[in-house]
Amino acid sequence: MQSTAHAFKDNVGTALADPNLQDSLAKLKVGFSERRRQAAERLPEFEALRDRARDIKNHTLANLDFYLEEFERKVLALGGHVHWAPTAADARRIIADLCRSVGAKTVAKSKSMVAEEIALNEHLEALGIAPIETDLGEYIIQLRHEPPSHIIAPAVHLTKDQVADTFLEHHRKLGFDKRLTERNDLVAEARYVLRQKFLDADVGLTGANFLVAETGSSMLVTNEGNADLSNTLPKMHIVLASIEKVIPTLEDAAVLLRVLARSATGQESSAYTTLNTGPKRPGDLDGPEQYHVVLLDNGRSGVLGTEMQDILRCIRCGACMNHCPVYGAVGGHAYGWVYPGPMGAVLTPQLVGVEEASNLPNASTFCGRCESVCPVRIPLPKLMRHWREREFERHLTPKAVRQGLALWSFVARRPGLYRGLTTIANRVLSLFGRVEGRYHSLPLAGGWTRFRDFPAPPPGGTFHAQWKAGRKRP
Amino acid sequence: MSADRSQILNGIRRSLQRGELAGDGLKDVQSRLAQPPRGPTVARAQLAPADKVALFCQWAEFNNASVARVSAADVPGEVTGFLARNNLPANVAMAPSPLLEGYDWASQKMLSIRRGRGEGDDQVSITGAFAGIAETGTLVMASGPDHPVSLNLLPDTHVVVLREADIVGGYEDVWGRLRERYGKDRMPRTVNTITGPSRTGDIEQTIELGAHGPRRMHILVVRE
Amino acid sequence: MVPSVSNSSENLHPPPRRVALFVTCLVDLFRPAVGFAAIKLLEEAGCTVEVPPLQVCCGQPAYNTGDRATTRAIAMQVMDAFEGYDAVVAPSGSCGGMLSHHYPGLFDDDPALKARAENLAGRSYELISFLVDVLGVKKVAAHYDGAVTYHDSCSGLRELGVKEQPRQLLGSVQGLELREMKTPEVCCGFGGTFCVKYPEISNAMVGEKSADITASGAGTLLAGDLGCLMNMAGKLQREGSAVRVRHVAEVLAGMGDLPAIGEPETGAR
Ligand code: SF4
Repeated sequence: MQSTAHAFKDNVGTALADPNLQDSLAKLKVGFSERRRQAAERLPEFEALRDRARDIKNHTLANLDFYLEEFERKVLALGGHVHWAPTAADARRIIADLCRSVGAKTVAKSKSMVAEEIALNEHLEALGIAPIETDLGEYIIQLRHEPPSHIIAPAVHLTKDQVADTFLEHHRKLGFDKRLTERNDLVAEARYVLRQKFLDADVGLTGANFLVAETGSSMLVTNEGNADLSNTLPKMHIVLASIEKVIPTLEDAAVLLRVLARSATGQESSAYTTLNTGPKRPGDLDGPEQYHVVLLDNGRSGVLGTEMQDILRCIRCGACMNHCPVYGAVGGHAYGWVYPGPMGAVLTPQLVGVEEASNLPNASTFCGRCESVCPVRIPLPKLMRHWREREFERHLTPKAVRQGLALWSFVARRPGLYRGLTTIANRVLSLFGRVEGRYHSLPLAGGWTRFRDFPAPPPGGTFHAQWKAGRKRP
Repeated sequence: MSADRSQILNGIRRSLQRGELAGDGLKDVQSRLAQPPRGPTVARAQLAPADKVALFCQWAEFNNASVARVSAADVPGEVTGFLARNNLPANVAMAPSPLLEGYDWASQKMLSIRRGRGEGDDQVSITGAFAGIAETGTLVMASGPDHPVSLNLLPDTHVVVLREADIVGGYEDVWGRLRERYGKDRMPRTVNTITGPSRTGDIEQTIELGAHGPRRMHILVVRE
Repeated sequence: MVPSVSNSSENLHPPPRRVALFVTCLVDLFRPAVGFAAIKLLEEAGCTVEVPPLQVCCGQPAYNTGDRATTRAIAMQVMDAFEGYDAVVAPSGSCGGMLSHHYPGLFDDDPALKARAENLAGRSYELISFLVDVLGVKKVAAHYDGAVTYHDSCSGLRELGVKEQPRQLLGSVQGLELREMKTPEVCCGFGGTFCVKYPEISNAMVGEKSADITASGAGTLLAGDLGCLMNMAGKLQREGSAVRVRHVAEVLAGMGDLPAIGEPETGAR
């Protein structure tokens, strides 16, 4: 997917002016956080599980090479195949070759953020292979030619009416010429249309939430059941997963599953959690004849051992964006690439370059709500600050900001000068603001006064001046 | 191909500032793999057997499944009764499993049974379950000749027969049973853990049942 | 046995008495009353309060812009200015948190400076939590008429655990009724330089905040950080709201009769 992260500020303007998006976001802000809170309260061990989830991921990352090799060994032992893809281009090539090897015309895809990351659909289409998104949200945005706006709820920016229009436009040729008004009718129509596509697909492509080294299994967590149809009906199952998805054992999976669903949707458990291990076995009545796992690096191995390593713990639950007031104001598309919200603000500069995505780690108040809900306790604000430091070092910070900061720090490091200047500023601001108590506009503060009044200081001087003069009360 | 493999693995090692694991470091991870440590104990997964059954039923219903607690002799009757109560057809696709064959289906004259895998237009399926997890009301299905995966997914209605003795506390207990049955390193091709009917919240964050998998799930919990 | 020893040894330590006030830049320049209120509250709790004259800023503007070198220089200046006091107290969660949670990490490469930073961190506090958690203050002798709603500023809440302390003390103010808004824990959109770097997003956030404040029905908004307060006051006033905005310390110190933030002096209009 082509990044528009550089146009973040324009994207924000568009997002704030979109009433449908704002309606959807209003709902998201209350719904997800409230459901997560209730789910966490129902499980007294939740905080202890978060600690353990963090530790498991840290342990795995410290031994990532070992667990990947172990995973591979187990997959091979059960008749599966493992492909190593250092870059996005490698992964695209591997998958295209696999599809062509079985003469695939269509690929049933279940939602995979990694597939978005490597822009797989565009690549397959160019080769004449039709990828069919089967997750309802992904299906809707595929019809609309839009990118996902949320990592677990890709169509969360749309209203029911927008979905109804989209279905009418695209399903008419299949004989559905009535515009639907009820959600359950929309779901039923999509189910019907997609069912046939599942039955016809030559290849099923899924992501993976976890890869279990102990057993060589890929683990998928979904609610719809589409991933399971994708890995059961077609004759080839391809799992596309990034290398940090591997975990050691099934016991570790149990811990991670307990925090994943609760953090993501506030469910006790998602409807389907599936472990796939190798191809169909002798005597099985269904299942794929071939089972392939594509392990994608795409820059992740280079993040290990750096100050950004913690982001590799991410289990893609979406809680950070559900609780982010910036995401809540502008939605996912504004971030301009695959991964939005706080985790995107950390990951996107890594994957598309900090020049392209320089705004993302800056567009945060560091309110810390993301870190407070992250199931694997990623210190997201700290990582965003690291990006700001790198930008500053590389002179990517906007010139006006740099100059303002330089001036401020010159003064701030000279207490005498600082006192003098603040005394003057205080006097001027309080004098001219005396009558109203505030300003409707101020030179150099347009960013503030465009939307807010600026409170004027009361008369009497700065605190330090008054204190020095021996006052005990303003 | 193998160049790509070593590129990734060596990249990881370079970043971690070490070579291939060896010595104590290797022994530690190997033994962690051989004896997987359990996570924090979840109290509600540690109940006595009878309470586990009750907890399983409670969470299964919380997750929009319906539950009937029956004796073995009543299983076929409850199935036809359930189908009739819900105006569902009496044609079912059934898993060819010894467990299910142990019930007296012949007693249900109206019921027409096809044994095999699921097909795209199946209305109702009947399967057993490898286990039930009390902690969340979750069913565990292990694939094999006696349990085609498609039966869990394609039909509109999924009827599951679960023995009380197969209800365990938490996920960890299921892993134990799987290792016992299939061997430590050998999982069944597919293990589906299923918690209630299929659902989606993709339109306006409102849950609708029956996205791709079954719309309706009925669990028969069978007393021994 | 071990825990009881550590308990009793804790009790042997007298509470910190010689307290330095970290005024913060915003209070110095825009709302001196907060500084006086803080001093009054600390003195009433038995502390001797000093205001080290060489203090300026805690360095957050540089820190949050990614300018580590300047942040370190400012942090060293702060460590000098606040050497030797039993406690350093700021009427702000974000400045207090900067000293107590972020300074040590600035000096990972210099053990001597790191030790100094950790020493300062260990005795730095946000005002209200210092009063309640360290000094054991349970109530104040103040009076304020009307319903107030309290916004939990982010750093105070999530870095320092300031949540119940202000509510406990507000509960002892005569005539005051606390009416919670729906989401007191959601950021107001201030974020230091964020509010001028991304004014549209900041505005969307503070607009939602002001709606929540208004819906609470309270006539007064309180919080513990002046930056957030100026942001929310500015928005409420631009919208023509009659809600008055004050720092929580002012109300606790019985200074609730002063003109509110952004209000003209009585009689000036
Ligand atoms: S960063 Fe944490 S909260 Fe955000 S998606 Fe990843 S795991 Fe979830």
